Amino acid sequence: MAFDPHTIRDQFPILSTQVHGKPLVYLDNAATVQKPLQVLESSRTYYEEVNANIHRGTHHLSQKATAAHEAARERIAHHLRASSPDEIIFTSGTTDGINLVANILTSQFQEGDEILISALEHHSNIVPWQMLAQRTGARLRVIPVLDGGTLDQEAFRELLSARTKLLALTHVSNAFGTPVPVKDFIKPAREVGALILLDAAQSVAHQAIDLQDLDPDFLVFSGHKIYAPTGIGVLYGKSSILSTLPPWRGGGEMIKEVTYESSTYNDLPFRYEAGTPNIEGAIALAAAFDWLTALDLSAVASHEQTLITEAAAQLAEIPNIHFYGPADRQGALSFNIEGIHPYDLGTLIDQMGVAVRTGHHCCQPLMNRFGITGTVRASFAAYNTSAEVDSLVAAVRQAAQMLS
Amino acid sequence: MTIAEKQQQLLDELNLFQDWTERYQYVIDLGKKLSPMAEELQTSDRLIKGCQSQVWLDSTLEGDHVTFLADSDSLITKGMIALFVRVLDGQTPDDILQADMSFIDETGLKEHLAPTRANALSLMATQMKQHALSYSQG
Ligand SMILES: Cc1ncc(COP(=O)(O)O)c(C=O)c1O
Repeated sequence: MAFDPHTIRDQFPILSTQVHGKPLVYLDNAATVQKPLQVLESSRTYYEEVNANIHRGTHHLSQKATAAHEAARERIAHHLRASSPDEIIFTSGTTDGINLVANILTSQFQEGDEILISALEHHSNIVPWQMLAQRTGARLRVIPVLDGGTLDQEAFRELLSARTKLLALTHVSNAFGTPVPVKDFIKPAREVGALILLDAAQSVAHQAIDLQDLDPDFLVFSGHKIYAPTGIGVLYGKSSILSTLPPWRGGGEMIKEVTYESSTYNDLPFRYEAGTPNIEGAIALAAAFDWLTALDLSAVASHEQTLITEAAAQLAEIPNIHFYGPADRQGALSFNIEGIHPYDLGTLIDQMGVAVRTGHHCCQPLMNRFGITGTVRASFAAYNTSAEVDSLVAAVRQAAQMLS
Repeated sequence: MTIAEKQQQLLDELNLFQDWTERYQYVIDLGKKLSPMAEELQTSDRLIKGCQSQVWLDSTLEGDHVTFLADSDSLITKGMIALFVRVLDGQTPDDILQADMSFIDETGLKEHLAPTRANALSLMATQMKQHALSYSQG
């Protein structure tokens, strides 16, 4: 059955906000998505009924909080089809997860090794690797993007070699919405013995992640893009790999025994979770997964797809509009109108209540490749409606008229 | 006309408008009318880098009057600069230095601006005064 967004909108109080006296049309979901009451309530219940520090108290609440935190880990492992909850490391988000991996891999790299990323990457899947390359003498190489906004697979195969030690690839492009056929990249990368990290920040809210099927070594995402709060995220790492790697941050929780001379480290996943974690965030993230799964993620995704297709079709009637990315884009629709600065368009449609993102979307090298400084990006979530697509199109039309 | 008179004239014009669309359209049209700056003048030393848009500012001293030339890749930003240029262009360095640029707060435009744009606007006013300062010292 088709998914009806009206059945869930009242679970998002923020959607009834008025902006400049007009109803909010929130189409900046790729930046961060709004949170349903069920998720907000899980945070609140945690603080009202459970709050205590975990893994260290003998008292009742501490045990309850620990159990809730670990149950959240188990549920998330289950939703992602990880082999074990030990492979789910809680982080503060995608950026944190990538930096963690880049740091614990330091000793694995030496001069002449190559780190392969793609031209679609977010700065957070570029800069940590650049820093790793600077530390180790490794070289960063980039799979180019074709004019249509998809990756050049032929060039990818030419770039692959025995020197390729790591492939760090986005699952879906945040700037253009390009879905990357990651399996086509993972298999050849495996054959040359590279480690594989997937950036699932933009895919996790729009498609079920099946770790058994995708089989990356690492996968990262942020809770705030999947209906959970900011400040929580996940790094999935294969235990066979993580257990051979050194810790990164030191502190409480990550140790077994500490003397002034040396320390022994805890087992997975705690070894990578130094300090008091974001307990409430982990619980809310599990609640968000539960909430989204109960809606039927594939029905939600096809609803979002319909909205994107509608938006693209209606916007296409505006003269001199140019879209980026392929037709099967996921989550986001990126465009420019010739002669109009995206910032101006964004400013004017904000006056009409429509929230979109303008600019480089943390992808400056990608923008440079297309000879632009930025785009206008409308991005969609489960609660967006056809009427909102109409509002977007009407607003863009009026703004374009004012600016030309 | 003095700077203060020009500011008042501008405020009177803007106050004729009932809603934000008209005000924005007015600013946009000012931006379109502002004479463009030759591409070879759009160099990094004339660049005021904003968050999402770029502004180039240049000036010359003719007699004891300062002439401003400005441009931006954003039409709205350009319109905002045009407001300043209209007020400060052709004035003496000393008058420019003493000008009270807070008139922009009364235009009702600032409420509609993202903080990044509002910052860029303040930066713009500061830069124009810097130019005036260099002439008054030189
Ligand atoms: C593809 C992609 N990777 C990484 C990030 C960074 O996520 P965060 O800022 O939550 O760490 C984002 C967020 O914009 C993203 O879209």
